[in-house]
Amino acid sequence: MTEKLTRQPFILRNPSILVVLAVLAVFTVAVTLLSQAYGNGTVPTSTVKVLGKTLCLALAAVAMDLVWGYLGILSLGQMAFFALGGYLIGQWLMYARTESIVAASLAGNPIPPTPAELQEGVANQIFGVVGSSDLPLVWAFAHSLPIQLLLVVAVPGLLALAFGWLAFRSRVNGVYLSILTQAMTLALALWLFQNDSGFRGNNGLSGLQNIPGLDAVDQATLSVWFLWASALALGLAYVLAAWLVSGKFGSVVRAIRDDETRVRFLGYPVEGFKLVVFTLAAMITAVAGALYYPQAGIINPAELMPIASIYLAVWVAIGGRGRLYGAIIGAALVSLLSSWFTGGRAPDINLPGYTVNWVDWWQVALGIGFVLVTLSAPKGIAGIVDHLGGIRPPRRATGEVPQPAQEAKA
Amino acid sequence: MSALLEVDSISVSFDGFRAINNLSFNIGEAELRAVIGPNGAGKTTFMDIVTGKTRPDAGDVKWGTPPKSLLKMNEAQIARAGIGRKFQRPTVFEDQTVADNLTMALKANRNPFAVLGWRPSVDSAGKVAELASEVGLAAQITRKAGELSHGQKQWLEIGMLLAQEPRLLLVDEPAAGMTLAEREQTTALLVRLAQTRAVVVVEHDMDFVRRLNCKVTVLHQGSVLAEGSLDHVTRNPDVIEVYLGR
Amino acid sequence: MIRPLIVLALALLLALPAAANPALEAVIAGNLDQIEKPSRRTVEPLVAQIAATGPEGLALLSAWADRSLGVTDDGRLLIVDGDAVTDAVTGQPVPGADPKMLRPNSGVRGVIESALVAGEISSPDPARRAAALASIARDGTAEHLAALRAAPAEADPALAAQRDRVTALLAIRFDPDPAARVAAIEAMSGDVGLDFRAALNPLLATTRVAAPAGPEANIARALSAGEADFPREAAIALLTSQGILQPRLTPADQRNALAANIVDGRVGGIPVAELSDPAARDRAYEALEAAGAVAPAATEAEVEAAIDAHRFFEIYAEPNSDVTDAARAAETGAQVRLAAMTGIDLGLDALSLASIYFLAAIGLAVTFGVMRVINMAHGEFIMMGAYTGYVVQTLVANRTLSLVVALPLAFAVTFGAGVILYRLVIRHLANRPLETLLATFGVSIALQQLAKNIFGTQARPLTAPAWLEGAITINDVISISSIRVAIFVLALLFLGLFLFIMKRTRLGLEVRAVTQNSGMAASMGINPDRIAMMTFGLGSGIAGIAGVAIGLFAQVTSELGQQYIVQSFMTVVVGGVGNIWGTLAGAALIGGLSKVIEFMNPANTLAAQTFMILFIIIFIQFRPRGIIPQRGRAAEA
Repeated sequence: MTEKLTRQPFILRNPSILVVLAVLAVFTVAVTLLSQAYGNGTVPTSTVKVLGKTLCLALAAVAMDLVWGYLGILSLGQMAFFALGGYLIGQWLMYARTESIVAASLAGNPIPPTPAELQEGVANQIFGVVGSSDLPLVWAFAHSLPIQLLLVVAVPGLLALAFGWLAFRSRVNGVYLSILTQAMTLALALWLFQNDSGFRGNNGLSGLQNIPGLDAVDQATLSVWFLWASALALGLAYVLAAWLVSGKFGSVVRAIRDDETRVRFLGYPVEGFKLVVFTLAAMITAVAGALYYPQAGIINPAELMPIASIYLAVWVAIGGRGRLYGAIIGAALVSLLSSWFTGGRAPDINLPGYTVNWVDWWQVALGIGFVLVTLSAPKGIAGIVDHLGGIRPPRRATGEVPQPAQEAKA
Repeated sequence: MSALLEVDSISVSFDGFRAINNLSFNIGEAELRAVIGPNGAGKTTFMDIVTGKTRPDAGDVKWGTPPKSLLKMNEAQIARAGIGRKFQRPTVFEDQTVADNLTMALKANRNPFAVLGWRPSVDSAGKVAELASEVGLAAQITRKAGELSHGQKQWLEIGMLLAQEPRLLLVDEPAAGMTLAEREQTTALLVRLAQTRAVVVVEHDMDFVRRLNCKVTVLHQGSVLAEGSLDHVTRNPDVIEVYLGR
Repeated sequence: MIRPLIVLALALLLALPAAANPALEAVIAGNLDQIEKPSRRTVEPLVAQIAATGPEGLALLSAWADRSLGVTDDGRLLIVDGDAVTDAVTGQPVPGADPKMLRPNSGVRGVIESALVAGEISSPDPARRAAALASIARDGTAEHLAALRAAPAEADPALAAQRDRVTALLAIRFDPDPAARVAAIEAMSGDVGLDFRAALNPLLATTRVAAPAGPEANIARALSAGEADFPREAAIALLTSQGILQPRLTPADQRNALAANIVDGRVGGIPVAELSDPAARDRAYEALEAAGAVAPAATEAEVEAAIDAHRFFEIYAEPNSDVTDAARAAETGAQVRLAAMTGIDLGLDALSLASIYFLAAIGLAVTFGVMRVINMAHGEFIMMGAYTGYVVQTLVANRTLSLVVALPLAFAVTFGAGVILYRLVIRHLANRPLETLLATFGVSIALQQLAKNIFGTQARPLTAPAWLEGAITINDVISISSIRVAIFVLALLFLGLFLFIMKRTRLGLEVRAVTQNSGMAASMGINPDRIAMMTFGLGSGIAGIAGVAIGLFAQVTSELGQQYIVQSFMTVVVGGVGNIWGTLAGAALIGGLSKVIEFMNPANTLAAQTFMILFIIIFIQFRPRGIIPQRGRAAEA
């Protein structure tokens, strides 16, 4: 008995990790072999990009599941971190690429350009659209890939740390906290919408699909590279998340979800645990964003509007909270279905007297479907998987805050 | 006798209602104390204040030697300082196994990063097994706590408290909802625990208190009405008035 | 210009029967020379003579001043108005005439105009006097001032006051005696009228000059290069514009000059490839300068010397310092009073915004307070109410009537929607607030898309009745649109209605009981489920009414609700749940703060909203349970 409690490797205690990694590997290899760059071309490059982006969304969903499914915080601002990651990598992508273009155009001049002229040219190119020709301070490191890569995790991490510290310290809980996270992402979005925020206002950053220094590599090849990078990030994050929630740390985190007060009386600094998970999730989400937007090619402040984060929550809810693979299933399934239905490729349904056009009706169906899932299958698709796999689902994987127990008072 | 816990004229009101009114008393090391009183006497509020859940409007609560004020500490810090609390209703983490519940409660570094790096050892596993058998849950160790019976949950919670190795144990109505046999077991356990640490039992049930055979503090309207042995306080006319005159 | 007077005069003139004016004819005949070649110094008696001849004389003067008077070869004066040509004396049309147009100089025209004004100002017709005053107030001259002062006393008290004001304003600008101007300024000091400030502004206009010593002028203040509102660059630009300093070399000029002087891959002896270094460019340019190949540019040392050698001043265009001092003092006083007025105006704006937030949030607060349920579809209920108003308006033509129908109908529709939502969804998610939040979000996206499918994506108008259009204006600064007043009244009504329901009805009593202790209420025979349903319906119904109100001034689109939902959440969270006064306080705080932030940063409403939200996040730190927290031990759990 003692042996059983102590010596079981964590991978063996979590067989789902191996399954997920295997599925991910098979999927990535299969797409590669069917791609235009490395295979027979059955899967067009645009689809490879969609699949790569879907992996990034799944990665964000895994982080969301950590925060919501395990820690019990329904964060309606996760996509703020996602978009921040995208913006931060986008700064380098856009700067470096514009710099090479400007350098090429200035090379025709009789006098070679000074660094200041080069920078001015770049600033003019990037910010002419918002009527400015100065490089804002927030672009100070845009020329350097290593620094921007560091910032991709550091800035969202610090934001999450600061926000979380403020919110958790004052013990804001439940729906209050959800509203506050929503306010956070809205504030950020509104800030970025301004022309003088230094991020090109509602134009956002564009041309991100062109990777500086890789001009010779075509998009078909790049799309496969990004698919691999996204799959790798998802696999690593999955293992990390699974490790995090499996041990004593995971125990405490789930205990906080179920009864925060009791955990405090056990002597655990609840705020510290929340901060660690919230910040880590923000960093994972930021990495997902940094991989997503080079595949999407463009990012603008609309990506930070609260609705995007709510959709993320919806995916996780449909996939199944408190189950990491549930988050992946939910994100992949719903986002792929959404783009299929709203892409106009789904066949219309001809009813007598009315034609149901999916572009118009998908949102309605999704909304109603989501209500039905919440009502009848609160554990989502993962609940069905658990049922089929004979895994006993947890009794209270609801991520609810405990109700004020008035009768417990004297 | 040096006091382990010194409650010094604390007061607290909710919306004008004075739940605790200038309450003072001391608990010594390795002392067993019963706190009784009618509904609304302020028993639970007293525990809330000691454990950091409620802040008093006035007064101070000092802990240990040299005395340190508990009022500047939060719940977790107070728990780490060595004050354990058993709630009225059993509160265990139903989603997790008995072993997980006990492991979480084991005395260890509570820092998040230390917890992250914590690995089960033969030692810790042995302790968990030992605690489980002590509270009679050895057979249930891999079961989810949510599947236990009410009494078993009570025992699991007591086991978790023991795992914390507190110097002071606050127990809120331990006998509520227990069978006679379970009560006897509980009494024996509390008496045994009080040999190595201070135990404060809040209870309604006079029979149960009598079996504990310890010093009794009677609370009424937020302050101490009487203190002494059970026989002593039950002869006190004020106490009789409060208990029987109603 | 004087045109309104002329038009007025002509109109009156044309109304008269065409008759010869012998007196005018005589004056013209005797002074034709002077009319053709008038002199500013001598024309005044002539003008007075003409003016004295009656309406025809005035019309002639108007035309003369307006350069639409011509003289024929045979000495007749003709008034030309577009294609129509009439005889100045008889008023008869003269077809086919080709008169020589008279072009009096501005001095003469000033004399004529003031004579005209004097005539109009003393006209027996109050309407003409008023028109003359209005015209002078728009564009007065020194001559008008003299005319106004010379004019007979005004009988109409309103016109008299107006004339005094116009006279005083003209005195400030044109009185030759500085003491009189100062007196006029001081007499009007404290006035916040735009016209007063407009009269002061030219007096306070300054220009900047650089001079080796203090100039002989009315100096507003001395500047020193490098201070906050006079940076070094401004000083350099000023010196350059006064020709004291050679223009400095811009990098672009330098580059072009260098490019023009490349010799054998070198510029001034420096290889072109090295010119990506600014220092190398400077060296190359200096070498070219030394060789005389390029024009010398101001060096940093020259700039420094020029700045050191000069002092910088702001000088008033107005030479008299007494006048400018008085004007400055009056301006400061006006600014202070203006700030107070702006504050009041801002307060009114904030009040109306707060009313809107209150209306939008009250339903949310009710449901959240009683059931701890955040209804994400609340915004869509607002949108539903607005569309109900729109549909009613397409059916009922009378705007007032349609509004009267729309308000209760919107309540009924959204009440029904709320009850259905409660029965189908919320009831099944009791005590799972986060899941309720998400489920109602699903409802929200479905409803939004549904509205898009039914009404399309373009905005639908919801027009207010005529009596709600326009604004209530108190003075130049303070005004508020009638719709906003109506919304404020509506918000007050709802506050009253809500208080009545909660404090005076059985439903209110039961709602309060369920809020405080649902289990206890149930044991006393109250059906918490029914109460929750009614509360939810009530909250949704109020959202519908808020929707009609918001639709009156905003565009009705399927996204209408989304714009208000986050603010509504904030209102509830900031105010504190379970208390209508909390919602009111939250709405007042958020409305007021938004307006204040907007006022401080008017160019950037997006930043204002960002700061607003940041403030709320910080605010929650200090009052996690809102301004008016729910009290008691239950709230501490």
